[in-house]
Amino acid sequence: MVRFEDVSKRFGATAAVDRLSLDIFPGEFFALLGPSGCGKTTLLRMLAGFETPDEGRILLDGSDIAAVPPHRRPVNMMFQSYALFPHLTVAGNIAFGLRQEGLPKTEIAERVGAMMALLQLGRLGERRPDQLSGGQRQRVALARSLVKRPRVLLLDEPMAALDRKLREETQFELMDLQARLGLTFVIVTHDQEEAMKVADRIGVMNHGRLVQVALPEEIYEKPNSRWVADFIGDVNLIEGRVTVADADGVVVEAAEGIRFQADATDGAKTGETVWVALRPEKIAIASITDGKRADALYGEVLEIGYRGDVSVYKVRLDNGLVMKAAAANTMRRVAQPFGCNDRVVLSWARDAVAVLTR
Amino acid sequence: MQGRLTRVNLAALAIGLAFLYLPIAILVIYSFNDSRLVGVWGGWSLRWYRDLLGNQAMLDAAWASLRVAVLSASIATVLGTLAALALVRAGRFAGRTAFVAMIYAPLVMPEVITGLSLLLLFVAINIDRGFWTVVIAHATLTLCFVTVVVQARLLDFDRSLEEAATDLGCPPWRVFMTITLPLIAPAVVAAWMLAFTLSLDDLVIASFTSGPGATTLPIRIYSEVRLGVKPEINAVCTIMIAVVASVLIVASLLSKLTVASRTQRSA
Repeated sequence: MVRFEDVSKRFGATAAVDRLSLDIFPGEFFALLGPSGCGKTTLLRMLAGFETPDEGRILLDGSDIAAVPPHRRPVNMMFQSYALFPHLTVAGNIAFGLRQEGLPKTEIAERVGAMMALLQLGRLGERRPDQLSGGQRQRVALARSLVKRPRVLLLDEPMAALDRKLREETQFELMDLQARLGLTFVIVTHDQEEAMKVADRIGVMNHGRLVQVALPEEIYEKPNSRWVADFIGDVNLIEGRVTVADADGVVVEAAEGIRFQADATDGAKTGETVWVALRPEKIAIASITDGKRADALYGEVLEIGYRGDVSVYKVRLDNGLVMKAAAANTMRRVAQPFGCNDRVVLSWARDAVAVLTR
Repeated sequence: MQGRLTRVNLAALAIGLAFLYLPIAILVIYSFNDSRLVGVWGGWSLRWYRDLLGNQAMLDAAWASLRVAVLSASIATVLGTLAALALVRAGRFAGRTAFVAMIYAPLVMPEVITGLSLLLLFVAINIDRGFWTVVIAHATLTLCFVTVVVQARLLDFDRSLEEAATDLGCPPWRVFMTITLPLIAPAVVAAWMLAFTLSLDDLVIASFTSGPGATTLPIRIYSEVRLGVKPEINAVCTIMIAVVASVLIVASLLSKLTVASRTQRSA
């Protein structure tokens, strides 16, 4: 559907996008995720036609779109600021794109009406943008870009201006809308939770390059580098050396003397320095009730980060290493079996351990 | 600093205002003077306004001034707006600094010099001085004011609005007509009004560049006053003050309105 081939874009001396190649498939909800300044918005703007690549090609449905000016591209963009026209009504804003196509008035009215119904903008048609709430403005912006039935809909941080609750609702609506209309959506976001929730596939970007392109669960469970593991969610990253590497698995020994057993990993060779990534929620934390177990680690709770649904425990192990473990608060807090300075035991399953070679 | 209306402040304010507006007030009052003698008060009357209606030369001059002001303000508004667009939008093109300096120079150039140089130009290219030379001269004079006013509005214009319109399939020239122009319209109208009033009361440049049959109102007034101040002149001047003041008030209201709607939107 959309293909970037070795696309580069420089602003002065810095490369905003650096020899990037990517395929986006029809009907896909694709998320470009990365910290601010990683080039994800530039990539989107090149697809929309507001920036021209310095090198490389962008193909839409197999043909190069370099020569197509932005107003003739069959893609539409929803702007982060929404960019609603302040001198037009809601209906006028939504109809704007259709008027440019010179469609008959009745068809425009029909499609605008249908789009307003779809996005529950019912009676707001005659309002001006400055008379709308943030959530309503966001819907108008979405309606305005969707009503043109674009081949690809580009969303530039579409929910950055919404509060958390509204954002969550809108995320589900966006997924529902995408599934119902069967369109290709490309969303740019710096919010990893949002990307994982809405997208079918995620491209993680940093310094103008794609670091990893994969399904959300793959990005989370099998990050291909320390940077991705650290950027997505919370993680314990521990440096160590590979002592065993064969078909049965990998053993990594950390400086503090802990041995991590993991499934076989590509590229991990004996004697090499690697990093072990372990998500806090995959570490079970328990108070010490019975005798010592050989495969478990003992330590003392340093800090508790209470988040309501989960708590994150910072635990200093007896060998000096500090690890984070998360546990769901299935009981009322007063009933928690351990608190600060209590002795606890940490354990995890072997497949929770990811070994990263870079 | 908390502002308070003390007696000293009040006195300063009164003196300042009197300094600025006493002469004008006297002129306005004497335009309603019944006496033929300028310095003698003879009671209220509208006779000089009535006489004015019979003074064909004065009416012709007023009509010429009005046409010059409308035409030159319109030319200056179109050119000045284009210049402002170039300054704000074209980025750092070669010679931009020189362009900026050249746009703003007439703001500080003594009018005598502008007038004289235009006169020399018209003589050099052998154009008969008359109505159109005044229009061109006034457009030159007021263009820079238009640019300043419009540029200020363009500087805080949200470019993503234009990008959104382009994205929705609008070709560039239509983006300008349907999005940019309606949104900067208040500034453009205010700039036109400013240019209009500047042209209406200009004497120096007009006297350099006008010719027979193109006598503007200030020139007419000036030449009549040289033969002694007639009460009729007071009446003409009062009307001019009224026109200029109301145009300026409308212009400032317009710019206030845009500021108000902008702050409302961002709130």
